[in-house]
Amino acid sequence: MVRTRGSIATLGLAFVTAIITIVPLWYLAIQSFSAGLSPVIDELFQSRTLTLITRSLVLTVAVTIASVIIGTFAAWVITMTNVWGRVGLTIAFSLPLAIPSYLAAFAWVSWLPNIAGFTGAFIVLSLVSYPYVMLPVMAAMSRLDPVHEDVARAMGRTPFAILWEIVLPQLRRPIASGGLLVALYALSDFGAVAAMRHEVFTWVIFGAYRAGFNPTRAATLSLILIAAALALTYFESHLRGRHDVSRAGVSARMRRAQLSPLAMSATVVSIFAVLLPAIGVPVVSVVSWMQRETSRAVEWTSVWQASGQSFLNGIVTALVTLLLSFPVAWSAVRIKTRIARIPEFTTYLTHSLPGIVVAISVVYVGIRAARPFYQEFPMLIFGQVIIFVPVMVTSLRAALEKTPPALEDVSRSLGVTNAATLLRVTLPIALPGLLAGTALTMLAAVKELPVTLLLRPTGMDTLSTRIWDYSTVSDYAAMGPYAVAILLLAAVPTALLGTLSVVKEHAR
Amino acid sequence: MNTSNVALELRGITHTFGTTRVLDDVNLTVAHGSITALLGPSGVGKTTVLRIVAGFERPTEGTVLIGGRIVADAHTWIPPHERGISIVPQEGALFPHLSVGENVAFGLKKRRSSTARARVGEMLDLVGLPNAFDKRPSELSGGMQQRVALARALATNPAVVLLDEPFSALDAGLRESLREHVVEILHTAGATALWVTHDQDEALSTADTVAILLGHKIAQVADPVSVYRLPDTTEVADFVGEAVSFNGAVLDGGASVDCVFGTLDLLRPHAVGATTVVIRPEQFEITTATDPLARSVGEVLNTRYFGHDGTVEVRVADGTIATVRLHARLLPEVGSTVGVVVNGKVLAF
Repeated sequence: MVRTRGSIATLGLAFVTAIITIVPLWYLAIQSFSAGLSPVIDELFQSRTLTLITRSLVLTVAVTIASVIIGTFAAWVITMTNVWGRVGLTIAFSLPLAIPSYLAAFAWVSWLPNIAGFTGAFIVLSLVSYPYVMLPVMAAMSRLDPVHEDVARAMGRTPFAILWEIVLPQLRRPIASGGLLVALYALSDFGAVAAMRHEVFTWVIFGAYRAGFNPTRAATLSLILIAAALALTYFESHLRGRHDVSRAGVSARMRRAQLSPLAMSATVVSIFAVLLPAIGVPVVSVVSWMQRETSRAVEWTSVWQASGQSFLNGIVTALVTLLLSFPVAWSAVRIKTRIARIPEFTTYLTHSLPGIVVAISVVYVGIRAARPFYQEFPMLIFGQVIIFVPVMVTSLRAALEKTPPALEDVSRSLGVTNAATLLRVTLPIALPGLLAGTALTMLAAVKELPVTLLLRPTGMDTLSTRIWDYSTVSDYAAMGPYAVAILLLAAVPTALLGTLSVVKEHAR
Repeated sequence: MNTSNVALELRGITHTFGTTRVLDDVNLTVAHGSITALLGPSGVGKTTVLRIVAGFERPTEGTVLIGGRIVADAHTWIPPHERGISIVPQEGALFPHLSVGENVAFGLKKRRSSTARARVGEMLDLVGLPNAFDKRPSELSGGMQQRVALARALATNPAVVLLDEPFSALDAGLRESLREHVVEILHTAGATALWVTHDQDEALSTADTVAILLGHKIAQVADPVSVYRLPDTTEVADFVGEAVSFNGAVLDGGASVDCVFGTLDLLRPHAVGATTVVIRPEQFEITTATDPLARSVGEVLNTRYFGHDGTVEVRVADGTIATVRLHARLLPEVGSTVGVVVNGKVLAF
């Protein structure tokens, strides 16, 4: 590889991004140990901390198991059976991905107040996060080679033995990686556990931050949370095994199981058993809030203002994230030296960071190093960007890898400069992926809660903070319009965008 | 070759990736308007030579000249887009987001002008795809895509066209007809081409000059006939075509050699004494064991049938195994005893 000035400059920018994403962590570590080691150890070995660890762990494991079962079942129904309405089912099963966990939680609590606590948190988190398992498992199932099944059947295996010996082992990897995403989600979620008043790490960290701002406790608990997230990531890399799903050459399309009438009825009942609580409960609740609202005048101006503010935050966050992520993804894809992979690796490290931890660490940076920006708009964007850079890098990477290096070589050999090659070849080919990544980031930023809550400038209201504020006084009637707005503006487009590619794959 | 006739010159190119040396003192000149094939086994650094000429790699040592101008040495570095070369990579690599016409126009200045359009039309005519202008690359077959890639490469009138195993992804029948077509196009356009391939049939049938890259070094540069008939080393003889080698002794005068197949004339003189003799399989002939012309008799170890012809392995007196190529219907029976005759002159190394 010839190092041009352009590629060195890009790598430099990639390192800037890496430093930006790692700085808050650094401050967090400093904050934890600022008073020496003993306060940290005291904090760690208190019985309430141990209770907290157990409680978070139980919730994470329970949610992960439930999501793996629901997600694999949904993927199987859509991909491997002759069930009717495949495209509609794919969209319906993916929709919960887009419902903000706090909104789903408020929907359940407003309907069944007694559900608050572990049960509520477990139900809500499982129902919003099973698509993280479903999507990769669906992709893997559609790549399964039916020839393997034929070979096994020819050797006298029963269909059940085939499922157990041939199909499931090949799905180990997507189930493991989907399960990791769910576990990280359950561990780091703030909205649902806060709504359910279930005292796990994120909720307690928030409390420590709010209640007189106990910085050492908040920072120490954050570090435990990070350690747990890293441990999960490590555990997953062992669990998923080494072999890839492989197929030799092109072969027949997958055959779908023809279900007997009895099995089909059971399947349809199961489908409703998932979709009703996952989509029905949130939607019906929100609509019923709106009906209560008719007795009072809706403050439409503030709904509009909050929507506008959410959108502005989303757009700025998405564009800054795009600008910061591009050099990282480009360096990782094109420069291919060990140094060029460092920024990418760094952003992956921060991938598992819970939003509440990022928010608190950005607060530290604000207080210590960036006073003028503390509780100002740029600080909010800074915090959001840190959360969204890893996801954006992943999607940009995939988009850039669509352009084979040979195309760029041809372009340069035909007298086109590096910069012009980027504009005329690389970007046009990567454009669909780039736009999708940016749009998804924008929508995700609109729904985001903990970072916005902690870092918003005084007086700024977004849809998510309005919902949060009304929830603290259990005023669901007032929450209604904002909930509808967030579902229409963020949740539905996210689900449609996110599933578009999957649907294309499976509609055939 | 006089210097004004040289389109491309490599002087002492050495290249390493980390600690692995992939090119070792490679020297090569390519004449204007000629097709030079760079032939070598996989992993010998052929593509690296091409990438160095194009400017995608900077050589560790050595000088690259294009049209007499230094484009890379210890002090000079001209980037790819200023070198006036073009490439036809494996599988064509057409830009998927552009039409065929836009692909061909890609390297032209003012590519939306009428002159550019005319040039694109001219190029598509040249490659035999006059109606492909508005097609998408995905609508074309593999062979058509390669022809568009060639049109795109020739449109800018490059000093050198670099072809990197351009037909490796195509099936055998198509490959042969397309190869002839491409050679014709290159000659019509008066283009200078450096053609990287591991396929000796391709190299021998298309090129004016064949450069053989073995063990990361240039082993021989010559016209196709000389490369096959008069290889400089046994390695070249083994790599280009098949060869049977065995011991012999060059007789006084250096013009003939004495070996298990009798006394044979040499293609070129060799120093007197012990030597290695190399014979091509098609120089052997099988006769009866009693044929007075047969100076050597042996047992048939096995035969291979290829349809139009076949090969026979015969073990002769001193244990040498002669591989003989002959008409399929002449294949003898395994285990039988046959006579072996050598036709024509042989090589000693």
